Formats: sequence, C-alpha cells, structure tokens
Amino acid sequence: MASAAERRIATVTQINNFIKVLFERTEVLGNIWVRGEISNLKLHSSGHIYMTLKDEGAILRAVMFKSAASRLLLRPENGMKVLARGRVGVFERDGQYQLYVEKIEEEGKGDLYRLFEELKKKLGEEGLFDEKHKKPIPPFPVKIGIVTSPTGAAVRDIINILRRRWPLVEARLYPALVQGPGASASVCRGIEYFNKNKNADVLIVGRGGGSIEDLWAFNEEQTVRAVYDSEIPVISAVGHETDFTLSDFAADLRAPTPSAAAELAVPDIKDIASFVESSMERAKSLLLSKTEMREKQLALLSERSSLAGFNRRIEGLMQLTDRASDDLLRAYSSLLEKRGALLSESAVRLDALSPLKVFERGYSISYKDGKALKSARDVKKGDEITLFLKDGRVKAEAVSIERCDIYDI
Amino acid sequence: MTFEESLKELEDTVKKLENGETPLEEAMALFEKGVALTKNCRKMLDEAQLKVKLITEEGEEDFEQKGEEK
Repeated sequence: MASAAERRIATVTQINNFIKVLFERTEVLGNIWVRGEISNLKLHSSGHIYMTLKDEGAILRAVMFKSAASRLLLRPENGMKVLARGRVGVFERDGQYQLYVEKIEEEGKGDLYRLFEELKKKLGEEGLFDEKHKKPIPPFPVKIGIVTSPTGAAVRDIINILRRRWPLVEARLYPALVQGPGASASVCRGIEYFNKNKNADVLIVGRGGGSIEDLWAFNEEQTVRAVYDSEIPVISAVGHETDFTLSDFAADLRAPTPSAAAELAVPDIKDIASFVESSMERAKSLLLSKTEMREKQLALLSERSSLAGFNRRIEGLMQLTDRASDDLLRAYSSLLEKRGALLSESAVRLDALSPLKVFERGYSISYKDGKALKSARDVKKGDEITLFLKDGRVKAEAVSIERCDIYDI
Repeated sequence: MTFEESLKELEDTVKKLENGETPLEEAMALFEKGVALTKNCRKMLDEAQLKVKLITEEGEEDFEQKGEEK
C-alpha cells in the first residue's frame, strides 16, 4: 500500500488543464473536418449554436460561437448530415471536450464555388438571366423600395445619394437580414412585401461588400427566383464592383455598389432642373420669333397689300358719301362687301400663313394717326385710335394704358 | 400631377411650339401653359424633401439611421 508521500495528488483543475494541453498539442485535433448528423440543436439567444454531432456509434458535443455562426450559409437543423470543420478542445469547467465549429457544410452539397457554378448553369438554362426578361427602370420613380440591412453602410450610402440626387422620392426600407442563416428568406420576404403592397416603382436589393460566404444569401436559389419573379423592376447592389452574385444576373439592372444603385435608380436633380429651364427658354424664343414674324407680315400687309389701299379708298369714298347716315351706311356696307371679296382673293394668293387669317380669328390691327400701333408706348391716355377688324373698323379712345410684357414672364 | 407628367407636358408643349404651322393664338396659349408647367416643375424641385420610411411589423415609421449625416 502506497504511503501518502507516494501518492500523486492533482486538483480537478490541474487534470482538466493537463488534458486540455494534451489536446492542444495534438496537431490533428487543431483543424479537422468531422462528418456527422446534427442533434440536440440549440440556437442560443446570444448567437452561439450548441449541438451534438452523432453517427451510428458515438456522439460529439459541438459549439459554434456567434462570430462563426453569423457566417453560416445554411440553417442547421436536427437530422441534417453535415461536415463540420473546427478544432477539438477541452472545456475545462465541465471536463468536457467538444468540437469548436468554424464552418458547416451540408454533406453532399460541396463547396460554394462549385455550388455557385452549378446553380448559375441551372438557372441560366431556365432563362432566369435572359435579357428579354429585364424590365426597364422607370425614369422618374416616385416610390423606391430598399431591401437591405437597416444598420449597414449600404443603406446610409443609398439614402445619402437619393437625398442629394433626387429628393422627390419616397423611400421605404424593408429591414432585411443580409447574411447568416435566414438571410435569404428575409431578403425574399422584403421583395415579396413590396410586390404585394405595390408601394414601390423600383427596388434596390443588396448589401455592402464581404466574402463569398457573407454574400451567399444573394446566391441562394430562392433569392435569385424572388428577384426574377418581382414584378417591380429590381436593381441589385451586392458588394463591391468585383463581386458578382446570381441575384445580380437575375436583376433587371446590376449596380456595382449600393451607392451606384441609388444613382441608377433616380435622375440627377441638376440635370432635370436645367432641362426645365432650357425648355422654358426655348418656348420663349419660339414664341418671340413667331410674333416677330407675324408683326412683319402685318406691317407688310398694311403698307403694300390691298388693305392700306382699301383703307384710303374707304376713307376717300366716305367723305364723298358723307351726306346722310343712310347713304353712309349703304355705301359703307357695300364697300365692306367689296373689300371682303377682294381680301379673300388676296388671301388665296397668299400662303397658308396669310395674316388675313389672323383677322378671321378675331385679331385686329390698331392705327393711330395712320400708322399701325406696335407698342403700348405709342399710345397715351385719351388718344384716338382706330381698330380694323375683319368686317369693319372701330374708332376708340384710349381709356387707360397698362403695359405687360411676355419677355418678363 | 406628378413631376414626370409635368415634365412630359412641358416637353410636348415646346414640341408643339416648334411646329411652324401653329397659329399665333394657339402658340400664345401653349406658351402660357408652358409657363405654368415650368412653375409647377420648379416648385416640385425646390420643395422636394426625401422621405424615408422603415417597414415594421405594425406598419411604417420614419427612418433615422444612427450616426446618419444630416
């Protein structure tokens, strides 16, 4: 029987620590893939995931900390056959060894790049990426739907660009998970939300940059299909310029970054404002050239054409017939008839722009002291002026002069 | 009338004015319409303020991002 002096006594902590060191020194346990089936899955509110991996003969406890769990591309489920990569270590407090999981792949699914290529081929053959399905982006959207994380840089960039470029829009943000388990479903719900409520003219769907794992939600089949199925045009905005996702291919327009998506979604207020002003300038100059042309025609008419001659003849004849009102009226009306006939003759001779048509439509030409009036400046209060209408003339007195100017508009 | 409709009408109005056959009377009316449309467009551009709503379970609320530049 061994004496007390011969006994080697260790504390529990020492033992567990000793075991831990043994594990750590065993290189193969530091980084290994483990094949097994998930059971006893617990998604803790802290974000850590606890589970047991089992096969026919044994179980292995496993934990996936939040940092690794947030990069998960699949939603772990009990019964799922997986390959889990990590290190096997000892949890000293409980005297338990366990697998500290970094990555989980569903068994048989293979790695992401292969998955990407396979899905791209499949959906491409189905026609989801065809140009002919791409809907045009409306030039002046009134309502914009954004599907992205409410806390990321992407949404801030998008909002800043919209505010600067085209603040006439109403933006709605559907707060979506953009990475980790459930991200794809969340993005799909966002797209479906806007399609169901019809409260967006165009959608911006995306997130900021990251690894292929981070962006994976935008490569999942259901996300790609939701983008494709959207009746509202979709601008995809995933990651950086060099990142391509399958959602990008299915979208109606791919933007290299979230900021660029906002720029593609709306016009620039500066361009539009200057277009409005130049349209107005154009309208002004068109109208002015038109009125100038008409003025010239009228001037030509009053000087050279029959109108001036007839005016003189009318005045002369009126003096001759200035005896009785009956006579005057008779003479005047017959002269008018005659003048009308002659005028319509000359109207036929003149082209379609004939200023005589102007009289037909109710315009008149006004004279003062035998000269055609061109400006309100030429008339003073109390002046007597003569207005020629299509079928007679009116002597009038200027009661008041108000000047207004189309140039001032 | 939306901005797009106003702008479209302004464009159409100027196009009609460009037509040399348009009688003066009609041209005047078109011009007046153009002035009104321009004023409308300017007003919408000047007064525009981006609104951002956050979709929530209950409906919508104003969205203010933390640390967002104003």
